[in-house]
Amino acid sequence: MENRTTNYRSPLIAPGYTTSTVTDKISAVVLARTPRWWYVGFGVTFLLVMMLLYAIAHLFAVGIGIWGVNVPVAWGWAITNFVWWMGIGHAGTLITAILLLLRQAWRNSINRFAEAMTLFAVACAGIYPLLHLGRPWVFYWLFPYPSTLGIWPQFRSPLVWDVFAVSTYATISLLFWYVGLIPDLATLRDRSKKRVAQIGYGILAMGWRGSARHWHNYESAYLMLAGLATPLVVSVHSVVSFDFAAGIVPGWHSTVFPPYFVAGAIYSGFAMVLTLAIPLRRIFGLEDFITLRHLQNMAKVMLATGLIVAYGYLMEFFMAWYSGDMYERYVSLNRMFGPYAFQFWALIACNILAPQALWLRRVRSSPPVLFAIAIVVNVGMWLERYVIIVTSLHRDFLPSSWGMYSGTIWDWATFIGTLGLFLALMFLFIRFLPMISIFEMRTMVPEANVEETPR
Amino acid sequence: MSEQDRPKHASPERPGLAALRGRLEGARGPEFWRSLEELAGDEAFQELLHREFPRQASEWTEGLDRRRFLQLAGASLALAGLACTRQPLERIVPYVRQPEEIIPGRPQFYATAMTLGGYALGLLVESHEGRPTKVEGNPQHPASLGATNAFAQAAVLGLYDPDRSQLLLKLGEISTWASFLESLRGRLQAQRSLKGAGLRILTETVTSPTLAAQIRSLLALYPKAKWHQYEPAGRDMARLGARMAFGRFVETRFDFGKADVVFSLDADFPAAGPGAVRYTRDFTDRRRRRDGRAAQGRLYVVESAPTLAGTLADHHVTVRAGEVPVLAQALAAALEVPGVPRPAAAPASPFVTAAAADLRAHAGRSLVLAGEYAPPEVHALAHAMNHHLGNAGATVLHTDPVEAEPVDQAASLGELVGEMRAGHVDILAILGGNPVFTAPADFRFGEALGKVPLRIHLNGERDETAEYCHWHVPEAHFLEAWSDARAHDGTATVIQPLIAPLYGGRSAHELLSVFTDDTPRSGYDTVRDFWRGRTGTAGFEAFWRKALHDGVVPGTALPSRTLPLLASAVPEAVAAIALAGAAEAKASLAGQETCELVFRPDPTIHDGRFANNGWLQELPKPLSSLTWDNAAFIGPAAAARTGLVNGAVVEIVAGGKSVQAPVWILPGHPDGSMTVTLGYGRRKSGRVAKGAGFDPYVLRDSTAPWLLPKVSFRPTGEHRALAATQHHFNMEGRDLVRVATLEEMRADPECIKRMGETPPKDQNLYPGFAYPGQAWGMAIDLSACTGCNACVVACQAENNIPVVGKEQVLRGREMHWLRVDRYYQGDPEDPETHHQPVMCMHCEQAPCEVVCPVGATNHNSEGLNVMVYNRCVGTRYCSNNCPYKVRRFNFLKYNDETTPVLKLLHNPDVTVRSRGVMEKCTYCVQRINEARIDSEREGRDLRDGEITTACQQACPSQAIVFGDINDGKSRVSAWKSEPSGYGLLEGLNTRPRTTYLAKLRNPNPALRPDKGRDRG
Repeated sequence: MENRTTNYRSPLIAPGYTTSTVTDKISAVVLARTPRWWYVGFGVTFLLVMMLLYAIAHLFAVGIGIWGVNVPVAWGWAITNFVWWMGIGHAGTLITAILLLLRQAWRNSINRFAEAMTLFAVACAGIYPLLHLGRPWVFYWLFPYPSTLGIWPQFRSPLVWDVFAVSTYATISLLFWYVGLIPDLATLRDRSKKRVAQIGYGILAMGWRGSARHWHNYESAYLMLAGLATPLVVSVHSVVSFDFAAGIVPGWHSTVFPPYFVAGAIYSGFAMVLTLAIPLRRIFGLEDFITLRHLQNMAKVMLATGLIVAYGYLMEFFMAWYSGDMYERYVSLNRMFGPYAFQFWALIACNILAPQALWLRRVRSSPPVLFAIAIVVNVGMWLERYVIIVTSLHRDFLPSSWGMYSGTIWDWATFIGTLGLFLALMFLFIRFLPMISIFEMRTMVPEANVEETPR
Repeated sequence: MSEQDRPKHASPERPGLAALRGRLEGARGPEFWRSLEELAGDEAFQELLHREFPRQASEWTEGLDRRRFLQLAGASLALAGLACTRQPLERIVPYVRQPEEIIPGRPQFYATAMTLGGYALGLLVESHEGRPTKVEGNPQHPASLGATNAFAQAAVLGLYDPDRSQLLLKLGEISTWASFLESLRGRLQAQRSLKGAGLRILTETVTSPTLAAQIRSLLALYPKAKWHQYEPAGRDMARLGARMAFGRFVETRFDFGKADVVFSLDADFPAAGPGAVRYTRDFTDRRRRRDGRAAQGRLYVVESAPTLAGTLADHHVTVRAGEVPVLAQALAAALEVPGVPRPAAAPASPFVTAAAADLRAHAGRSLVLAGEYAPPEVHALAHAMNHHLGNAGATVLHTDPVEAEPVDQAASLGELVGEMRAGHVDILAILGGNPVFTAPADFRFGEALGKVPLRIHLNGERDETAEYCHWHVPEAHFLEAWSDARAHDGTATVIQPLIAPLYGGRSAHELLSVFTDDTPRSGYDTVRDFWRGRTGTAGFEAFWRKALHDGVVPGTALPSRTLPLLASAVPEAVAAIALAGAAEAKASLAGQETCELVFRPDPTIHDGRFANNGWLQELPKPLSSLTWDNAAFIGPAAAARTGLVNGAVVEIVAGGKSVQAPVWILPGHPDGSMTVTLGYGRRKSGRVAKGAGFDPYVLRDSTAPWLLPKVSFRPTGEHRALAATQHHFNMEGRDLVRVATLEEMRADPECIKRMGETPPKDQNLYPGFAYPGQAWGMAIDLSACTGCNACVVACQAENNIPVVGKEQVLRGREMHWLRVDRYYQGDPEDPETHHQPVMCMHCEQAPCEVVCPVGATNHNSEGLNVMVYNRCVGTRYCSNNCPYKVRRFNFLKYNDETTPVLKLLHNPDVTVRSRGVMEKCTYCVQRINEARIDSEREGRDLRDGEITTACQQACPSQAIVFGDINDGKSRVSAWKSEPSGYGLLEGLNTRPRTTYLAKLRNPNPALRPDKGRDRG
């Protein structure tokens, strides 16, 4: 089925589809009997969710001390994971919002699950700032609620900006995703045979009948949400980067952080989209909708953002040298040759060296290789945050206070638990919702493009 | 052995719960405040619990189920404690008629004293409604002058230690005082007819006039009885040295205040020996260089292992302990002490020549010190040198012994062991101490002890010796019992208790009274009657009250005497050195894995007596920063040669005995030498000491108490994790501790300031704060800091800082608000060592404040960076952003809130922090507030010096000054305006309120090329 000679202008949907066959094919994934592998996959990830709940319960019962954090490294895996998950979310928003505004039609087949990925990644990310608190039961003090004590959050703190950024992002992402789902939910309502499904999808479809007026309102709402979401792509991870850049810790205190974090976020996000899309299109036989051209486009975005990230690394080291600041210089040297040198060079290998293979069309055209590179980049981006946090903190200003850090079994359990949560949500998503936007795909079949000259 | 002598374990006298209750009912007097918790903590109930936790905190993460068990146990204890039988007995009554002078919420201070090695350190103990919470030095006491050491600071935890011996035991079974008396009386009757021929008393060093008088009256009653003394970290070397020099035991004390040039022969005077606290003060006062005053003082140190004295020195050389006597002889020869030949091969000759010239140039204003643990001949030579230099009578004062009965203690104990083994001893009363653990290994004390038909042990801990004795009597803590003791200059102090014995302990006075009096007398009567006998009845009451109030008995300081040096002293010492030198040559440490083995008391748990004190266990040991363990210290050269790394376990073999010890590499430690500290490896102890360290006593013989000339060691391939609080000792070229010589300062007064960047005051994004009233600030003099760590424990005691345990220290979670950083400079074989106390700097532009999302750390109007515990949510961002890393986080629930007796320990003026909140130094804000309230009530301004922080108050060298920097006349302002003043990491524009005075040294120009780093 795969056409190895696909060129750049190859169609975004395989030939021969009509609006009804598109609808059939995508809705069939949801409406068919649950395949056995789904139970296995969901079962495994559900167990991981249980592990996460156990780890969280133990954390709440005993305290943050079950993790590896200490003084001087008071942030560890929790913040690493937070930033990593937040970054992953970014590709979804970029695909849904910015590519929509830029009229990149190839986004249509991947935006739905990319957006779902965003939502689930933000859910996983959002857990960490709460868990990492010493007293998680008073997390709401970070919100500007009208307290009878008359105390507000401290607005100079980047952590407060984070609260706004992340909660805004989660809200917009949820709305955007849900609004985008409405026409498809109506389709599922109409097509499902079971009463329960009809009622369930019916409620969620909010009375969608597909009238011209509906479509008119829908289009403007969706466009507005896209407009709202667009600045978030840039702002959220910029704010996340302020958590570090606003500190005076050498290795954190850097103006290059916002752009380089945003690029890194998109980089890791696209890597995650590829990680999910490649197996999904294979399993559900959706190669006709998520074509090689999609994969190639995403690989190109990865290559571009990966180069921006590489530039960011380079600039960090250049500025450390150029500034003449002894602390910055030491942190740079310590990253490269200190006790965490392995993690550093692994991150360079994962984030800079491995993606260079994407310059080759043959690599970009091979889903298994792309999948491998995407996984490597995911690992690399996790290591990047780990290196930024741990190597900067573990040796800062006073050598007397230098220390070492390593995660404990509870750090692992929590991280793997959120991976499980993410995947479990993904499994639920692909089972109960159309993972590709049906109505948007319908706009791509030849019969929809009546004005275009036939190819 | 004596198994047949032992009564059967199932003793008929074993009391039940009823008997215990009975004892509680009979508890003495209402004169001290008591609580139900305290009562419940009393006696056997505690023992029933068998908790396994180290006290005062330490929650292991995996200890959840144990904790739950404890909670249940605690709940059942509470039920037992509130049973109806006991409630009516102790009526809880509020202050209907308020006791005079007691104002609830205001602490009272009582003068008392703590002894270590017999010598008293005068204290003022803070008491909150009847419970002692904090120890301070007594400014009127000559050994203290208001300062303390770490041991004294930790005494309150020792008092409330739930692992303290709480029960009178007969063969390990609970017994009663009455049955003890009964059992003893019978045996004593038999002894009376034998004139006490089988009666032996074993004490530690005794300076207590009352106790000595009691023992003497016992010896009068039983003329053939004998009194032996043994102190494992005692002063035999100094005693024997004095006897060699003067033909009799003489006490020597020093006046550092008059000494310009001090030469130390392995004497760690800021840390070891009686008078250390006072000497530190005198020494630094003499050297304090302010306002461009002329240079004063120079210190030369010869050390066999890195010492605190060595870190203060202007010049120091490191030699093996075995080389110290030869070096002493070389110095004496260079000083031209008559009769001292120049040794054939002496180490560090340029150093010795230059130092000798300096000493001679300051004859009468110089001082030669011999180390507490240096052999007698070094002491004798030091006496000879001081005589020769005319220091005797000027800086060196000889007096009659302070000890009641000075003896060669090793010989004294040896004699006792011989008699025990021969079966001449019928009754042995061990009054304090733990000889089964601490006695020289060659005595095999425990084995000999088994031959004694009746063995009585009095100690505050149910230790190794208690295991070997028929009767174990819990000893009252010094804060619980009356006694007296003398300081290094002879000044007597009446030790008054602040609280009734928590666990029904007895003092040595009370136990001895059983031997001498028909009806045992209370400690109070005994001590009081002794002093009444001294002063006469007329005016006694006034005398007594004044002595108690002041904490010193006037006119008891011993007068200085002029003593001629024996003609035989020098030849005898020289001969001894030659003999030792020959043995040393024969020992030949040529082999790869042989070295000399040096024993030293541990800097935090001493000879093992403080092993169960969590504060002292977790106190980083000066220089190594180790906690919870001792180690075999070796130098970097030895480590490089043998390939040993920190924590590698070696087996040390000497004379057929061996011990396994983890190695710790100490820069500046001499090659061919290994130093171990005593007191660890306790076999029977409380929960805190359990499993900590290894026991070097098993290698220590009576003939070589401080130095084994040759031992072999081999790596075992095992590894032991050692919990150090500092891992990196290199300043990495940063201007953290700034050092200059006086000469450099004279040539360029700005040289210190120029070592780092000082951003201009107006460089700020936000408008600055105004401080219209007071602006608190602190200055720390790095020239004065000896690194003794007394401030760290003082801070811990004042601020309710929890102990976290070794496992948490290994994870980097120690909670000390104040730490003493240590940096090495120069050659690792022989580095300069710098100490730097670091606590919250109270930055005017604090990086922690802007990053807290909930505003839990704020600036107050006086410039304090205040931490609002109950607002803190625990993001820990403040700690990350603190360049000084002085913030401490409660990663777990470190504070023990379940052990009842530990509730008494806390300072009620300071919040006890719970899990998940950040904490840090507050500049002792509770003391600031108390002083402010006082001043407002009295309608006056705060006076400079009225507020002292806990660290400042404890500091023996007065290296810390606190006060109002808005007041240009305050001491802190004066210190801060010194040309040597600088702020730590000032270049970050944090504007720290705590600043430092650079470490200034005064090297001898004659030794300049090496900058004092001459090697032997």
